[in-house]
Amino acid sequence: MSDAALRLEQVSIALDGRVLIPPLTEQILPGTVLTLMGPSGSGKSTLLSFLGGTLRGPFRTAGRIWVGSREVSTVAAEQRRIGTLFQDDLLFPHLTVGENLAFGLARAVRGRSARAARITAVLAHAGLEGFASRDPATLSGGQRARVALLRLLLAEPQVLLLDEPFNKLDAALRAEFRRFVFEHAAAAALPVLLVTHDRADAEAAAGTVLEFRTDAMGTVFIERTSPEQSESAASAPGVESVREGGG
Amino acid sequence: MNSGGGLAVQPQQAPGLVPASAWLRRMPQFTLAVFLVPIGAGLLGTALPAFGWLPGVASGRWTLAPWRALWAQPGIGTAIGLTLTSGLSATVLAVLLVFGWCAQRSQRSPGRLVRGVMGPILAAPHAAMAIGVGFLLAPSGWIVRLLSPWLTGWHQPPDIATVQDPHGIALTVGLLVKEIPYLLLMSASALGQVPVQRQLDAAAALGYGRTAAWFKLVLPQIYPQLRLPIYAVLAYALSVVDMALILGPGNPPTLSVLALRWFSSPHVRMYFPAAAAALLQFGIVAASIALWRGGEVLVARLARRWIARGARHSVLEPLAALGRGIVVVLALLGAASLLALAVWSAASGWRFPDLLPQRWSAAAWHQQAATVLWPLGTTLLVAAAASAAALLLVLGCLEAEQRSGAPGRSRSLWLLYVPLLVPQIAFLFGTQVLFTAMRLDGTLLAVIWSHLLFVLPYVFLSLADPWRALDPRYARTALALGASPGRVFLRIKLPLLLRAVLVAAAVGVAVSVDQYLPTIFAGAGRVVTLTTEAVTLASGGDRRVTGVFAVLQSALPLVGYGLAVLVPRLQRRALRIRSAS
Repeated sequence: MSDAALRLEQVSIALDGRVLIPPLTEQILPGTVLTLMGPSGSGKSTLLSFLGGTLRGPFRTAGRIWVGSREVSTVAAEQRRIGTLFQDDLLFPHLTVGENLAFGLARAVRGRSARAARITAVLAHAGLEGFASRDPATLSGGQRARVALLRLLLAEPQVLLLDEPFNKLDAALRAEFRRFVFEHAAAAALPVLLVTHDRADAEAAAGTVLEFRTDAMGTVFIERTSPEQSESAASAPGVESVREGGG
Repeated sequence: MNSGGGLAVQPQQAPGLVPASAWLRRMPQFTLAVFLVPIGAGLLGTALPAFGWLPGVASGRWTLAPWRALWAQPGIGTAIGLTLTSGLSATVLAVLLVFGWCAQRSQRSPGRLVRGVMGPILAAPHAAMAIGVGFLLAPSGWIVRLLSPWLTGWHQPPDIATVQDPHGIALTVGLLVKEIPYLLLMSASALGQVPVQRQLDAAAALGYGRTAAWFKLVLPQIYPQLRLPIYAVLAYALSVVDMALILGPGNPPTLSVLALRWFSSPHVRMYFPAAAAALLQFGIVAASIALWRGGEVLVARLARRWIARGARHSVLEPLAALGRGIVVVLALLGAASLLALAVWSAASGWRFPDLLPQRWSAAAWHQQAATVLWPLGTTLLVAAAASAAALLLVLGCLEAEQRSGAPGRSRSLWLLYVPLLVPQIAFLFGTQVLFTAMRLDGTLLAVIWSHLLFVLPYVFLSLADPWRALDPRYARTALALGASPGRVFLRIKLPLLLRAVLVAAAVGVAVSVDQYLPTIFAGAGRVVTLTTEAVTLASGGDRRVTGVFAVLQSALPLVGYGLAVLVPRLQRRALRIRSAS
């Protein structure tokens, strides 16, 4: 579907003179996952808001964001084609499940019957047959989460940002929904940036992990673990740290 | 009383709550009676003469003669058309403009413009605002002066009916200026209950811009809470009397003004077509609300398809921006209108096209000092009494509700809104008949009671939310310490909610000062307030004198709100000083 990589070029964020995100340069290829880990308040979600174009407030930001060959740093959020899956499913309560999906479904699919057929098919594929006319409030947490992802993918984004979307699900559902998300993202060949503070999420993502750490001086630095290293890390503790910046 | 809810109380006791005394338990029913009985009796007392039945004057035979008399009045068709066009266009435009404003800026805080400019416009009485808008729009008003002679070439005020125009455009503008701030305030409070920003962010992630997302996602969620305020605006705009007297055309005027004219006639026989006109006014409002409801259903159905089509770009974007611009212009118009009142009251000699008076003088204020005193005192007395009575009743209802443990239900809102949805002209004549039967007509008590009908709902709407939001653990702690429920009410709840109580009182004062028609009817022309004087003076009186009355009339609500904010602050400071020493 899409073969654009997400590239961050010296992206950094500061708040009141405090560095939240030290200059970060990364490339996420289509179909791969980059995981950002760190304690809450470490600015991971702030980074996602910045990438998605919805960051507000007194943040100082720098750097450039590329989707394929498009630089989107100054593009309006709704035109970046960067889709974010939030911690809350944010299904719109005044619309049915089907209408929520139709709201997301790209305009390129035209005609009421064609759009309805597409939504029916997507729901069936996700194990939610016949849910189109349901009120979102009647769905379980896991079902709502799946609808939220489907809605996002129907908008045909070129990049997928995951802002701790597994956080509010209980352990059993969590693994199941995680698999659901990664399968869909891989099928759509999307570059995925996952933010989490749960190591299990990072392991399931099976990609490079960037971990936000703070040294004794209070300086934020990023520890980078690529998949091969993480396998060796499982047997032998002591991961090689790569300082990606810091100030 | 099953439909009660906010005002009604369920009989069963929640465990651990203190039983209310018998009189407190009856408070909700009593309160409902205080404002629903006069309205019900008033509607009946207005409807009966419309069919030829008026105690002491004519009775016994049903007839359609009043309706034939109504249709025989010259210009009646024009009057009905004027009522519909000004009322409907003002409401539709106000609602659309407010939506446009909110779509362009839907953060929870309504912004500096709303607080700074909309506040005084919201607080100002309708009559004073209409007078100010008149000063602005008149052929010799500020707008023409601003454009003359450099643009218009006029050295004399032009002979064009820019106010009291036959199409009611000035009336529509006046209504827009006054009703938009009210709807903005209602929207702001509804928006506070929806996670607007997160939903707009989620929509942005799906490729939707702010305006399209607002109309497709936010509006459908807040509309249910705006429904009753919008109906109230619709009913008001269709049946307003004081603004229509000042800004609307005179011959024929709107339907409610016609009805008032005939009700005020020295000839009793005119009461019959007047009653028919009043009942017709009721029908027009009821039909318009029904029509609006139908429109809601239709729009909602179409909107679902529109939302499901998935269009990311919308023609609403530029329209909303335009709407936002118009709201700003109307807000400035409102502010300039209030300013014009003050300038006129202090003007001495103000030649046409000069933008400001050549000479300023306090002469009008000096001359009117004696004349103003009595209406000012009456206005204050009536406002204070009606607000105090409303506060007592509302506090009683809320306290009864809390002690019974029955939470307020939204259905009861409809009952509260009855006085705001039923046109005043449709029942005040009948209420006056009731007051006459009780030998109350023309007394201050009757005026206070008739004001209470409108003060009460607003005081309740203002106080109920903060009162219900108070952490119940304060009261429980005090009860556990052995305080009686009455003591908890007086020493814990009232002081904690002092600011909310004072704001509700200020709302009550503002609503009372606003009342024109109830004062005219219940006062039987014998009770004179700033408002009745200002409206009378507005028709052809000296602008300086009119300005004095309108400025005073606008100042009262502002002073009330100012005190409501200031007093708790001073009290807190006193507490700090005591703690420091």
